[in-house]
Amino acid sequence: MNMIELEINGIPVSVKPGTSLIAAAKQVGVKIPTLCFHHDLEPWAACGICVVKVEGSPKMLRACATAAGPGMKVITHDPEIVNVRRTVLELILSTHPNDCLQCSRNRNCELQTLSEEFGIREVPFEKRLRDLPADTSTTSIVLDPEKCIACGRCAKVCQDMQGVWALEFIGRGEKTRMAPAADVSLDESPCIKCGQCSAHCPVGAIYEKDQTREVWKAIEENKKHCVVQIAPAVRVAIGEAFGYEPGALLTGQLYTALRRLGFDAVFDTNFTADLTIIEEGSEFVKRVTEGGVLPQITSCCPAWTDYMEKYATDFIPNFSSAKSPQQMLGAMAKTYYAQKAGIDPKDMYVVSIMPCTAKKFEVGRCETMGASGFQDVDVALTTRELARMIKQAGIDFKNLPEEQPDSILAEYSGAGTIFGVTGGVMEAALRSAYFLITNEDLKDVNFMDVRGMKGVKAAEVDIKGTKIRVAVAHQMGNVETLLNQIREAKAKGEEPPFHFIEVMACRGGCIGGGGQPHGATDEIRAKRTAGIYTDDEKSVRRCSHHNPMIKKIYEDFLGKPLGHKAHELLHTEYQERKVYKK
Amino acid sequence: MAYKNYILVCAGTACESNKGKALYEALEKEIKAAGVDAEAQLVKTGCFGFCEQGPIVKILPDESFYVKVGPKDAHEIIAEHIVKGRKVERLLYKENKAENDPRSNDISFYRKQLRIVLRNCAVINPEIIDEYIARDGYAALEKALFDMTPDSVVKEVSDSGLRGRGGAGFPTGRKWLFTKNTPADQKYIVCNADEGDPGAYMDRSVLEGDPHSVLEAMTIAGYAVGASKGFIYIRAEYPLAIERLNTAMAQSREYGLLGEKILGTDFSFDIEIRLGAGAFVCGEETALLASIEGNRGMPVPRPPFPAVKGLWGKPTVINNVETYANIPVILLKGAKWFSSIGTETSKGTKVFALTGKINNSGLIEVPMGTTLRDIIYDIGGGIANGKKFKAAQTGGPSGGCITEEFLDTPIDYETLQAIGSMMGSGGMIVMDEDDCMIDVTKFYLEFTVDESCGKCAPCRIGGRTCYNILDRISKGKGQPDDLQKLKDIGHSMRKASLCGLGQTAPNPFMSTMKYFEEEYRAHIEDKKCPAGKCKDLLSYSIDEVKCVGCTACARKCPVSCISGEVKKLHVIDQSKCIKCGQCFTACKFDAVKKG
Amino acid sequence: MAKLTLNDLRKLRDETKRNMSQRSTEGKRAEVVIGMGTCGIAAGAKAVFDAFLDEMSKAGIEDVTIKQTGCMGLCFSEPTVEVICNDMPHVVYGNVDDKTARRIVREHLAGKALVSDHIFDKPSTDIIKNAGK
Repeated sequence: MNMIELEINGIPVSVKPGTSLIAAAKQVGVKIPTLCFHHDLEPWAACGICVVKVEGSPKMLRACATAAGPGMKVITHDPEIVNVRRTVLELILSTHPNDCLQCSRNRNCELQTLSEEFGIREVPFEKRLRDLPADTSTTSIVLDPEKCIACGRCAKVCQDMQGVWALEFIGRGEKTRMAPAADVSLDESPCIKCGQCSAHCPVGAIYEKDQTREVWKAIEENKKHCVVQIAPAVRVAIGEAFGYEPGALLTGQLYTALRRLGFDAVFDTNFTADLTIIEEGSEFVKRVTEGGVLPQITSCCPAWTDYMEKYATDFIPNFSSAKSPQQMLGAMAKTYYAQKAGIDPKDMYVVSIMPCTAKKFEVGRCETMGASGFQDVDVALTTRELARMIKQAGIDFKNLPEEQPDSILAEYSGAGTIFGVTGGVMEAALRSAYFLITNEDLKDVNFMDVRGMKGVKAAEVDIKGTKIRVAVAHQMGNVETLLNQIREAKAKGEEPPFHFIEVMACRGGCIGGGGQPHGATDEIRAKRTAGIYTDDEKSVRRCSHHNPMIKKIYEDFLGKPLGHKAHELLHTEYQERKVYKK
Repeated sequence: MAYKNYILVCAGTACESNKGKALYEALEKEIKAAGVDAEAQLVKTGCFGFCEQGPIVKILPDESFYVKVGPKDAHEIIAEHIVKGRKVERLLYKENKAENDPRSNDISFYRKQLRIVLRNCAVINPEIIDEYIARDGYAALEKALFDMTPDSVVKEVSDSGLRGRGGAGFPTGRKWLFTKNTPADQKYIVCNADEGDPGAYMDRSVLEGDPHSVLEAMTIAGYAVGASKGFIYIRAEYPLAIERLNTAMAQSREYGLLGEKILGTDFSFDIEIRLGAGAFVCGEETALLASIEGNRGMPVPRPPFPAVKGLWGKPTVINNVETYANIPVILLKGAKWFSSIGTETSKGTKVFALTGKINNSGLIEVPMGTTLRDIIYDIGGGIANGKKFKAAQTGGPSGGCITEEFLDTPIDYETLQAIGSMMGSGGMIVMDEDDCMIDVTKFYLEFTVDESCGKCAPCRIGGRTCYNILDRISKGKGQPDDLQKLKDIGHSMRKASLCGLGQTAPNPFMSTMKYFEEEYRAHIEDKKCPAGKCKDLLSYSIDEVKCVGCTACARKCPVSCISGEVKKLHVIDQSKCIKCGQCFTACKFDAVKKG
Repeated sequence: MAKLTLNDLRKLRDETKRNMSQRSTEGKRAEVVIGMGTCGIAAGAKAVFDAFLDEMSKAGIEDVTIKQTGCMGLCFSEPTVEVICNDMPHVVYGNVDDKTARRIVREHLAGKALVSDHIFDKPSTDIIKNAGK
């Protein structure tokens, strides 16, 4: 390939065609400051912080949006450039509140970091703040327009990455802000609560609804029996709040921390992930052998379910009726576990720790979320909230010993843990579907074709002669093409192109969830993903149907998969919802 | 029966004040004396726009143009010209020009304007296509389709030296060449008719008066670069222009001059109109394209330029209305002819909307290189009401002001930029001693602040911060470091704004701070407005000595804040005074002081 | 009208050119051209148009055409009207109101005398007329 030769501050550098000046500078140890830029998005070129001088151009160019050209001579830092950047930063600071000490992004804020790097000591311009109230209308996300610096990331994420279009630029000039079209509340908009906006916001303008106080209260109340479950994706990301490398597998320490926080029982969502596979796998086999609606589509992602109930109601019959692992565990905790432990379910408080903001919506999604007779899951907290609780409680996470969970609802197989990554649910399902169809076990349980960061992955699996075509999509914006393929085939009266589809709303799957520690890029997602597959590989049992606690729960309590009790407690329904409530 | 001769005497303000009246009366006497009142009609006219050479007398039908005529010349004019039919050579206007000057036939010897873009305006009925055709309309398209190749069309436009008339002045031929040379399955021709500068209406006049010139030019452009589709993006605030364009397109399509297989060739080209919705920023080319695509009008960084990657990612030529209006003439009369007009770097003419404190405000078209002095004092008839010239603003809210010392600058793209202004789209606003530069700057900045799209921080935030500083200054609350703050923010806006709106928004205050620093200091340090415009710095008071107690001021005062008995000194209550100035105008004794 | 071929277009052009220069289409001897751009209309050009029609019908003048056109550039003197008579000099009138329009019909069109105080000069020569020279 023809490389491009250019100079950055007199230093020669050689890059591939299409490389931005930011990346080219990074190659030679030069860091051009940025603010609105994000690796997940096309350069938006708004803030004006990354301006550089390029010989021959009378204007300063934005390094994020300028591709390296042959023979370019770039100056990234000189007194004039730094002064221009500083003035732009001061202008931005003049419209931002000085609330750092009380802000959810204190010490984790990109604007704070820039101000520190520039050595800002005073802002010479008059302060002008937006006098608008926060939008707390949804269960999951808070929009705080006062802190918004109009970088545009949230709108671009919601539109281009997620394809939801709940956020838009409204107003003009200094009145520009990010809000749903027609300025309706977020709850009245198409928002699917995936939280990707909050994950990309550089400052404290969009954040998860903090429910830690409720949880503290429940824990302190002696009468309440508090139990907690953790999702697979949490264990490989929680470490980032405590100085670990992304992807560090910290399951044992998590269990310890949760006990020390005061929870009476520590469970693991990976257990009910295995349970989901049994139910959903059985459902799939039933559809295939009895001519049910195909393709079957996974339903464990609540943002995806919300999207479908708004934008793709023609697929309601395709959705697996199985609940998500979070909801299954809540139902089992307040029935099966309550019975076994002799606890009155009305005194039980179930908390889940999720990488996800939509899970806060899922706990009250519809009536079946109270199958136990009480709200099955009382509160869903995000990974970020858990990190704050651990810090508040004086728990020195790094120095914790590892402990075991309460195995009744915590023992898991490798198939359960890979739920946290894109392709994981599919792979887990295939491992058990093989057994359910052939009554034999696979020799090699790894399905490499469904792994990886490609937006839509397709594969064909040969289950002893029966060819099953599967597709896996992640990042909500990628789903529409897949759905249209199916719609087209249906319209033409052809066989569906796929039998089984997995969809996750967040890029990379749950490890890239909207409630995870900030700063996720593909590099970090890859590391978290590697952590999950390590957890799978070192598991004693790799398939859900091999999990002894799963066998036990059916023997002792549920009866058989898709049976009456299972149906009552572990399955749900879907409805049509309006895209815009107004 | 018609008269044999008509004697026109200019009665414009300048000529009148220069013995015009006496001249008229002298001629009247001479006509009577010579007994030719049945043969020669003496008429007064409005301003001929050649005021430096006034008083003017014009004889029709032979079109003799006499300059610097005095009452004493009346006898000779009547006796020699009217009676004997012999022109009075010494009074005739002669322009100093070279013998072989190719311009001598086309540039009228006294009319400083040269209407190329406006050639058909006020000549044809724009709603009748046949009239356009009769004036060589669509002959350029004929020539392009049947006698020229796309390459030769592009070359002709390049050789002409035509530069974009929207304000940036990019060589049009080069733009077309980039588009032509970028391979694609679809290309577009876009006409920027958004014309958002306050006070600019050049494009509107062309579209209302000669819409076919733009249609023909766009079709030629399509042929030259290989595009089959065009869009005219026109602001919705121009309903008459939109109507005339639609009529023109319908008639053009009927005749097969637009649409499928034009004039029976294989070349097809059609145009669609897209309306703007009240955003000045959509005049910026990338924001305009975003708007056509159905997105919010926000600019994107360039490169890539629209010529290579424009509408829906395809190569797109986007030019201003005035640029297009030049194209048919360039093809018919040739690049050599066109490039013989204007200056070394700026060829052809420019249409200006001359407005403000000037006698003859209007739409003018002059060759590049015409001086500001000629425009203001000749064509424009000088400053209205006998006031003194203070500055001229070109380029609208993106431009800077030109002061007296630069009046003799020949106008072209480079010279205007060198003195801190810019050509812009053609707005030219003349200011006199009663205009306050801070007030004018505030007006422009208020506009750009309101129209800022809000995408980039320097423009969105910096514009408003600067406006608020200027507002404080105009209200007597200026601070010593305000000028430095304006300079710092202005510099950052110029360097770090994403598009031309933000990059040029500081021009009004950067240029006025440079040329009118004393006026700024007066406001900031002395809390005074020398021009008497900034209300908060103005106060009216009554002179103890001059006041005779006539009560005229008290009666006029709309807020009844003047007290005083008849024949006694009157006093203005400063706390209630709204600075309307009615008392000042009412007082016949010069007793009300303004300061 | 059907789609034109190259020859059709050229024929149409020559024909119309001739007609316009002779000004003998349908036996008209004069043309009154009224500036009807937005500025003209805003200054009252529509009322002026009506005044001409009315006064001409009152005076029994039938061989004069009235037509609309675009902006002449003399915006400070809108409404502007150009009067083109076969046997009189071409003149541009400015600041034309209802009264002046009627004076033009009576004094200029009928009486062959120019109307004083309203005459302005055309800003430049016609580059199309001088084409080729």
